[in-house]
Amino acid sequence: MSTLELVQTLKKDNGRVWNVSWHPKGESFASCSEDKSIRIWAKDGSKYTNKVVLTDGHKRTIREVAWSPCGDFLASASFDATTCVWDKKNGEFTCNVTLEGHENEVKSVAYSSNGLHLATCSRDKSVWVWEVAGEDEYDCVAVLNSHTQDVKKIVWHPSKEILASASYDNTVKLFKDDVALGEWVNSNTLHGHESTVWSIDFDATGERIASVSDDKTLKIWKEYPPGNPEGIPTEDKESAWKCVCTISGHHMRTIYDVTWCPLTGLIATACGDDAIRIFKEENGCDPNAPTFNLVATVERAHSQDVNCVSWNPKTPGLLLSCSDDAEIKVWKFKE
Amino acid sequence: MFLSFLRKKLGKDPEDKVKNVCKDSTELKDTVYDLIRTIKDPEKPNTLEELNVVYEDGVEVKEPTLGKVDVIRVEFNPTVPHCSLATLIGLCIRIKLERNMPYPIKLDIYIKDGAHTTEHEINKQINDKERIAAAMENPNLKEMVENCILEED
Repeated sequence: MSTLELVQTLKKDNGRVWNVSWHPKGESFASCSEDKSIRIWAKDGSKYTNKVVLTDGHKRTIREVAWSPCGDFLASASFDATTCVWDKKNGEFTCNVTLEGHENEVKSVAYSSNGLHLATCSRDKSVWVWEVAGEDEYDCVAVLNSHTQDVKKIVWHPSKEILASASYDNTVKLFKDDVALGEWVNSNTLHGHESTVWSIDFDATGERIASVSDDKTLKIWKEYPPGNPEGIPTEDKESAWKCVCTISGHHMRTIYDVTWCPLTGLIATACGDDAIRIFKEENGCDPNAPTFNLVATVERAHSQDVNCVSWNPKTPGLLLSCSDDAEIKVWKFKE
Repeated sequence: MFLSFLRKKLGKDPEDKVKNVCKDSTELKDTVYDLIRTIKDPEKPNTLEELNVVYEDGVEVKEPTLGKVDVIRVEFNPTVPHCSLATLIGLCIRIKLERNMPYPIKLDIYIKDGAHTTEHEINKQINDKERIAAAMENPNLKEMVENCILEED
């Protein structure tokens, strides 16, 4: 019997905590809140404590924070339509870059795996790709207007320059830099969810995506490259993406976030029914129709909606969550 | 089905306890309705109750979550099928309940079936908490909502 055990509860913010993000070294993390602050937490002995509070970057809710792969930069996306990039060059965290351009709320921000690109998305329906041109220099290289509604979340492929986005238009889209055309293009659109797709995550290989939605389902999508042995048709030498598994009947309300652990393969979800659920793929199942079993549920993980879950990148089974109840929790998955 | 669910939840001796829970659910419904009936219409000098935009039967106590959190469904009926203020009314209902309920509940708000030309879009918008949060950081919208939900003694 697997369990998710509570390790620590952290509370400093006033109001909803929207997002938590592990530093790539896995020893500290950042959180952001509707109180317009970013907090950085690190271990003091065995407990995490709040080390830094950043309050002077944004005028409205901070929706998401993301570390660069080198761990030296922290980007923050805000409802004030800007994205800030913070660094510690002067000894303490300061905002040295403010990226403007979105018409309204920026909902998500992420660095590509090699750190050369930053992507942002907004209620203005667009996804922007920025090139990290130098220290404190970011050039917008693409404004992608493929979604027909609010874009909720973006994530990069774990090793390639491929970007995935989730939207209020019920789809997931993939984008990549088409070298022949010399521009970023929308290569795939994943249809299947019946309402807003709130979040997505790649697995360790980047060949599968997990998506969660207001339709209360978790879906697994698989890439079928050109010439795949299964005979799934592809077009224009582009991979096809197919939904290979839909997990329904577990979540009772909107699912707000999903995290797919690159170390263990476990999937965790954050739900509007206050619960955190852990899913595990059955050993030896058909990759074209995999089975994911619910292996642990914490029914009242928080006293209100769970907004975000995040697996630690270095320690298997260590999970962070945050909620509308203003709390951040640290959990340990035990098999 | 609801009763059998309650019995299952309560175990032995269902009769008395079912009564108690039913009373609690009636109380909960009354608490919710009392909060929304006095919301003022954004355009007219009347309350939503006076205009029949909200009504007691529109408040429904649904099956609670696994963690036993109450789930409430509020239905409202915009005065005209193309009413441009339907989203604002939905926003007022949500904010007033979020602020004034004595404990957190799960809230779903819907326009009465067939009562609006774009009901699906509005339903989606007023149940998206991120859109709601962003709307409440817009000073103009916030002021409109505050005026509508202000309690006058």
